[in-house]
Amino acid sequence: MWFLLPAFAVLFVFFFLPTLFNFIYAFTDWSSFKSAINFAGVSNFVDLLGRGTLINSLWITLLYAAMVAVFQNVFGLGLAVLLERDTRVNRFSRVMFFIPVIMSALAVGYIFRALLKPEGALNGILSVLFQQDVSIAWLGSTSWTIVVVALIHAWKWMGLSMLIYLAGLKTISGDVLEAARLDGSTPWQTFWRIKFPLIAPAVTFNVATALLGSMNGFDIVQATTEGGPAKSTELLNIFIFRTFGQGLFAQSTAMSLVLFLTVAILAFPVVRMLRKREEVL
Amino acid sequence: MSAPTVLRPAGRGRRDGRANQRRRPAGYIQPAAALLSVLVLLGIPLWMVVVTAGKTQAEALNPNLQLPTEWHLMENFGQVFGQGKIPTALLGSVAIMVPTVAVVLFLGSLAAWILARRKSRLNSVLYALAISGIVLPPAVVTIVLLLRQLGLAGTGAGMVGVYVGMYLSTVIFFVTGFVRTIPLELEEAARMDGAGPVKVFLTIILPLLVPVLSTATILICLYVWNDVFYALFVVGGRIDTLPLNLYQVASSGLYLQNWHLIFAYIVLMSLPLLIVFILAQRKIIAGVTSGAVK
Repeated sequence: MWFLLPAFAVLFVFFFLPTLFNFIYAFTDWSSFKSAINFAGVSNFVDLLGRGTLINSLWITLLYAAMVAVFQNVFGLGLAVLLERDTRVNRFSRVMFFIPVIMSALAVGYIFRALLKPEGALNGILSVLFQQDVSIAWLGSTSWTIVVVALIHAWKWMGLSMLIYLAGLKTISGDVLEAARLDGSTPWQTFWRIKFPLIAPAVTFNVATALLGSMNGFDIVQATTEGGPAKSTELLNIFIFRTFGQGLFAQSTAMSLVLFLTVAILAFPVVRMLRKREEVL
Repeated sequence: MSAPTVLRPAGRGRRDGRANQRRRPAGYIQPAAALLSVLVLLGIPLWMVVVTAGKTQAEALNPNLQLPTEWHLMENFGQVFGQGKIPTALLGSVAIMVPTVAVVLFLGSLAAWILARRKSRLNSVLYALAISGIVLPPAVVTIVLLLRQLGLAGTGAGMVGVYVGMYLSTVIFFVTGFVRTIPLELEEAARMDGAGPVKVFLTIILPLLVPVLSTATILICLYVWNDVFYALFVVGGRIDTLPLNLYQVASSGLYLQNWHLIFAYIVLMSLPLLIVFILAQRKIIAGVTSGAVK
């Protein structure tokens, strides 16, 4: 039993205690402008609600997470199906698609920031393809840029989802597929009726990690848009970082508490729902 | 989603005469599609990074896919190496990552061994608490306050503590699952021979954990090496790590339109992990997937 002690001591000091502090300091006026910290009731939350920041950031974060979960899994599954057979070309492609996973998310963000400039490489390629001048401001739209950054996030992590789906597909026994083929199942039917249900555990894992992981997103959005234009991509973590830099520690903490509670509330139903679906299938 | 239709006939062609005729064209479509997707989805962004890293500032003003008229790769590398303080940042990254991985693996497997073996109610509560950190986000603002109170603000030790607290959950989750698959008889035999718990752990359990610990090492190295968010809060401006340094270089670089330097930095900072990955890709890929599917 003594062996538990060091791990739990570290967990307590560096994980549980700060979380506990979150529930306290979110209700104070802690800032860099004065040394005393006083109780301030719910004024931080009232303030954040009144300015619309809380609802805005929360909505953007949820939207971002949902889009990342969808895109990352569609790409990952698509690649896994495309690269399923063990050929040399496929093995090479899998390794290549894993490169973004090991790269720094910040670096990925800067790469796409350059690629998606109005006079950048993507518009250049489109101009050649369509034989006319294309100059779309991919990162300058208050309604569509959030979709673009979610796609970038999905691009970075799709290699990981792909590998997990591939591992899931490998566990399907050849007999089952052979039986389906003898029964006259088309490849399309075989995929949706047999393979997809059998890789349910991989789907659970991928959707849950993509959804909950991107709730905590920061690097890619900071590197591409810094929360702009007009705060239309300001995730909770971007807000937390920005207000922390301004010295408004209590507001930053209040938002950190919002993030914590949102993830905590979402985590249990998401995992349970996906698990239940797994049993039904 | 026409990919499966392309894949299947090619794979089954051996036995079916009719499929055999379809095999030829289909046999080329799949590899072509695979390579094309690599080229478009990865080739374009990575190519742009490399050519832009080799350009002069004027040429790199609008990063595109054209080759530089003259390669300035080494010059740009030299400039970011000095100006971007790469050696210090590399040292900082290593100095934080190595102790983090060592401590988190050791404490994690120590706790996981106990958590996997006991079956009391308290034990399952402790296990749930221990793995809660996998999904719950760390309280990043109040951590800074706590570190200040502990006198660890802005220090490497503080940063290591924060990372260990964050990733212990992951390690405990993976290792506990693995320990449950190790037969109890092995330990009991050693205990009969008079070995104490410390000895049993170090000589019997720890060596058996090597596969799962290598998976965990890969994951945690990836997280810690690339993290910038927590580092900005805890050690920003005090200790340089590679991502923190990239953030600084890029923040001033974007302002000055120095895309050639930003990309030269990205190439240099990505190289260590890329080399490790290429050398050990089979192991890394196997490790990452084995952990996830279980």
